[in-house]
Amino acid sequence: MTRARPILLGVAGVVLLGVAWEGYKALGPADGVVVNGLTVLPRTSDLAMPHLVTMWTRLGEPVTSAAGSPALWEAVVKAAGFTLGIAAVGWIIGVVVGMLLAILMQRFRTAESALLPWIVLSQTVPLIAIAPLVSGWGSQIRFGESRWQDWMSVAVIASYLAFFPVSIGALRGLESPEKAHMELMRTYAVGWWKTLLRLRLPASVPYLIPALRLAAANAVIGTVVAEVSIGLSGGVGRMMVEYASTASGDPGKPWAPIFGAVAIGLIAAGVVALLGLVLKRYRRGEVTA
Amino acid sequence: MRSSDVAVMAAGSTATAVDVVGATKIFTVAKGAQVIALDTIDLSVAPGEFVSLIGPSGCGKSTLLRLIADLDQPTTGSVTVFGKSARQARVDQDYGIAFQQAGLLPWRTVAGNIELPLELHGTGKTARKARAAELLELVGLTDFADRYPEQLSGGMQQRVAIARSLAESPKLLLMDEPFGALDEMTRERMQNELVRICAETGAAVVFVTHSIPEAVFLSDRVVVMSPRPGRIVDVIPVALGAAEDRDDDLREAVGFFAAVSAVREALHGTPAGGAAGASAARGVETR
Repeated sequence: MTRARPILLGVAGVVLLGVAWEGYKALGPADGVVVNGLTVLPRTSDLAMPHLVTMWTRLGEPVTSAAGSPALWEAVVKAAGFTLGIAAVGWIIGVVVGMLLAILMQRFRTAESALLPWIVLSQTVPLIAIAPLVSGWGSQIRFGESRWQDWMSVAVIASYLAFFPVSIGALRGLESPEKAHMELMRTYAVGWWKTLLRLRLPASVPYLIPALRLAAANAVIGTVVAEVSIGLSGGVGRMMVEYASTASGDPGKPWAPIFGAVAIGLIAAGVVALLGLVLKRYRRGEVTA
Repeated sequence: MRSSDVAVMAAGSTATAVDVVGATKIFTVAKGAQVIALDTIDLSVAPGEFVSLIGPSGCGKSTLLRLIADLDQPTTGSVTVFGKSARQARVDQDYGIAFQQAGLLPWRTVAGNIELPLELHGTGKTARKARAAELLELVGLTDFADRYPEQLSGGMQQRVAIARSLAESPKLLLMDEPFGALDEMTRERMQNELVRICAETGAAVVFVTHSIPEAVFLSDRVVVMSPRPGRIVDVIPVALGAAEDRDDDLREAVGFFAAVSAVREALHGTPAGGAAGASAARGVETR
């Protein structure tokens, strides 16, 4: 019963969202709610707010009316897989960079003073501003025969969003061991490196798992947005832009890539949850993000 | 007190387990104010000897232990452990240590916690396992080897911590109120076990406590300290008999009560009472 509870609550949340959508669509004013010329709630027309069932059935129909066009859901699954792959690469880069920064900052107080403000500041730079820079620099990079690909730019941008929570969370975690444990390590006369491996890293796990979850969500968002900014086709980001233009005639279609993005987010969160299970014994007294 | 030091010195200074000479520790607190935590402390502990440090809070007994463990350095004076500097002794792992809080790593099993110092110092896996099994038997926790600390009671955790402090067979054990957080029943049982363990390992012990009966029951000598500044006011020889004779009956013996009153009088420190206490203490000496 206690095990089923979170699942039931999760399902209830989704159902509630659907009921709210359809409820507002049925009962809300057709022109939406406008306060002082500002639209605070959307119009309830089928174009602005298609029925859930429209979105659902649209998934089963072909992408376009052209012959041999695959079903919309197939196209979305393929695009979501593409985006997920890039997001995973971005996440891994972000986690590695974030961990290294955290270890560096923990080791050298001056590094913390010097780096931490920049790390916080880095997140205030809008993605739209970095995207052309990254792809511009990337285009000048060659490794032997192979060249910098656009998807690599997207992954780098995703990692730019992903490293932040990891570096902050890991730093807090690395500094979390109690004084008693640190003194015990001192009495064992072991150096910084062994203390890191045997005490600081294991102690940081309760702080790290929520940070990894945030990083996963950030990597997915970063990938989707960067796909749009860089103009990389094949993923759900670009698909959203393409399908949005058909919304006037085909209101269910733009929702398909949105569902795809949601699915990617869920998978990413699931992978981190699995990682959390593997690291279970390090997670006594986990902190919330 | 100095005379006993001299006696130990005469036996050969390298043979001393701990030798503290004129150690003063001054902490600088907020706004540059200074607190004298320890004021010219002299203390020697012979190999295999059990010495308790007792006194009210703030008397510097834990600070003194920390100086011996090289967790703090004396402002003046010197601390020598087995003829080396405290720092060298720490680097050479000449002592094992246990604190008031067990301080077990929550992600390691009981056996894993006991193996920690061995693992950190590069002992092979089989040797580690064998040693952990031995120690678990010594502290009576063989059946709990694979449990995690949070699954154990406070007394069991403390036994694990003691087993861990013994892992590398140190010739000196430093214990900072290791039973302070335990209930009276567990505490007395742990004291009995500690007496037995010390007899089996032959280690010298410096034991910080604020319980008079505990100090008397365990010790060869009880060092009584007073606060502000931290000083040794008296050293009372107790030595209520060989380890094997020390059992629960001892807690009700006449000599035990005499020593308890001697320590108590030294603690309360009225000059006349102090002198009487000291002479009473000499009276119970059995060495």
